Amino acid sequence: MSDVLAIAEHRRGELRDVSLEMVTAGRDLADQTGGDLHLAVISGDVDDYATQVNREGVDAIHTVEYGEEFNHDVYTQAIEQLYADLDPQYLLAPNSVNGMDYAPAVAEGLSLPLVTDAVDLEEDGGLTVTREQYGGKVETTIDVEEDHAAVTIRPAEWAQAEGDGDADIEAFDADIDESEIQSTVTGFEEVAGGDVDISEADFLISIGRGIDEEENITLIEALVEATDATLSSSRPIVDNGWLPANRQVGQSGKVVTPDVYIAIGISGAVQHVAGMKGADTIVAINTDPNAPIWDLADYGIEDDLFEVVPALIEEFGGDVPDV
Amino acid sequence: MKILVTVKEVAEVEDEFEISGGDIAEQYLEYDLNEWDDYAVEEAVQISEAEDDVEVVTATIGPERAEETIRMALAKGADRAVRVWDDDIESAGKLDVETKAELLAGVVEEEDPDLVLTGVQAGDESNGATGVTLAEKIGFEWAAVVNQLDLDIEGGVANVHRELEGGVEELTEVESPAVLTIQSGINEPRYASLRGIRQAQSKPLDVKSLDDVGLSADDLESSLAQTDMYEPESEGDATVWSGDAEETAGQLAEFLRDKGVVEG
Repeated sequence: MSDVLAIAEHRRGELRDVSLEMVTAGRDLADQTGGDLHLAVISGDVDDYATQVNREGVDAIHTVEYGEEFNHDVYTQAIEQLYADLDPQYLLAPNSVNGMDYAPAVAEGLSLPLVTDAVDLEEDGGLTVTREQYGGKVETTIDVEEDHAAVTIRPAEWAQAEGDGDADIEAFDADIDESEIQSTVTGFEEVAGGDVDISEADFLISIGRGIDEEENITLIEALVEATDATLSSSRPIVDNGWLPANRQVGQSGKVVTPDVYIAIGISGAVQHVAGMKGADTIVAINTDPNAPIWDLADYGIEDDLFEVVPALIEEFGGDVPDV
Repeated sequence: MKILVTVKEVAEVEDEFEISGGDIAEQYLEYDLNEWDDYAVEEAVQISEAEDDVEVVTATIGPERAEETIRMALAKGADRAVRVWDDDIESAGKLDVETKAELLAGVVEEEDPDLVLTGVQAGDESNGATGVTLAEKIGFEWAAVVNQLDLDIEGGVANVHRELEGGVEELTEVESPAVLTIQSGINEPRYASLRGIRQAQSKPLDVKSLDDVGLSADDLESSLAQTDMYEPESEGDATVWSGDAEETAGQLAEFLRDKGVVEG
């Protein structure tokens, strides 16, 4: 009853990093409850995945062989049956796109309170979850006033567990009702192809919401030309159709690791940060002193981009377009 | 065919703000239609324009103030609206995901839609869980984070793309009736036309109480309590160049030349 059950994640034959992050978060939580850490690996090559998640601190691994890829109707049934069998206190799932597709259904099915996108967990006779709101402008603490709960944890927030583990790996015989499977995955598509690969660039100039209007992009293009940089962007620019999908940096776009990354008018939401925090040097140009981008920036200019960018273009002898 | 779109009015925070009484002080908040719900409304309206006999109904949990936002959805082409609110909900404070889904399930029961569209998440609380919780409650199939939708009405199937991480999309067939949570970028939400805004004034907007959706005040009790809200400590130690734009641009240019990423 004091145990923690965490659900591993994989896609197209590969274990995803968040699985090992959940081992860290789950071990830490289980230490606080005084219980064991159980992992579940569902679908695909479960034995291979089980071996990979068998890190220090894992007490038991349960495998459910059924199908190849993630299917929420399979996951929901398997997790509910595992939960009934193991009777853990807390259920952990990743706050990934697939986690968002099954965790709320499992919580509802098991009548568990659900807290999503946790960035910290504290257990002291009751669970307290820290999570962000208002696009990361504030953090809140949520007390769970029940003995049990389901929590999804934010990817890349905990370190990946290291060290070999010696957990028992056991096959769990889940009774999957096929008539309950009403979604079928028919394939995958890579969307971010095209003329340029921003993940290969050494110098990226990236724009966000602060650019305001599509016409203003010509200003940044002039800077890109004058400095021989590569143009990238945050999600809203691509959502608006102002730049193609292959320019998008972030969780659903590309992960980039340039020498220099200049973030112009980008607030630095967590989904964007996931794609650029590996840059060697980060420069922010932003009017908002509270924008989360300042947590990451090495250098910055706290000023209006429409003042700074033209001056910068002139510094490098480029032509400043009228916008 | 009937499509129900859940629509939330969200609070957006100004750059500079203060926290008082466990939430952001009211004067720093502006209210608007949730960004993701705007895409969900557009998707529903596009389906209604492409197919015969499609009714688009919006469902909102919110106070009277939210009617301005709801009228905006009506102006963009939804046919009518339902707003759930009463004194008990007002005094319950912030509702958790399960409670919101319970209220919306009451609307679904009454409306009996063939398809429910929600935004992936709301921009203020960012739970990202109400749509899937609702699906489980009402016994619909579902798909989360949909960024392409092709409805096969006769076949009873929604062919969707789910936007996974890292520029990969999952292609999935979802059996109807279904709840789909709609990702930003799936379409280009229209601006409300003047004609649309005028027409919206005369479209039906019904207010439902807890009792009307088959619930009572007891159903609003939550086992989750928000105990604190604070501004995260800045982890930043950026060197911020000072001066006017010409001076700061000069410093950045010098830095870029020193780094060797820009010549000239």
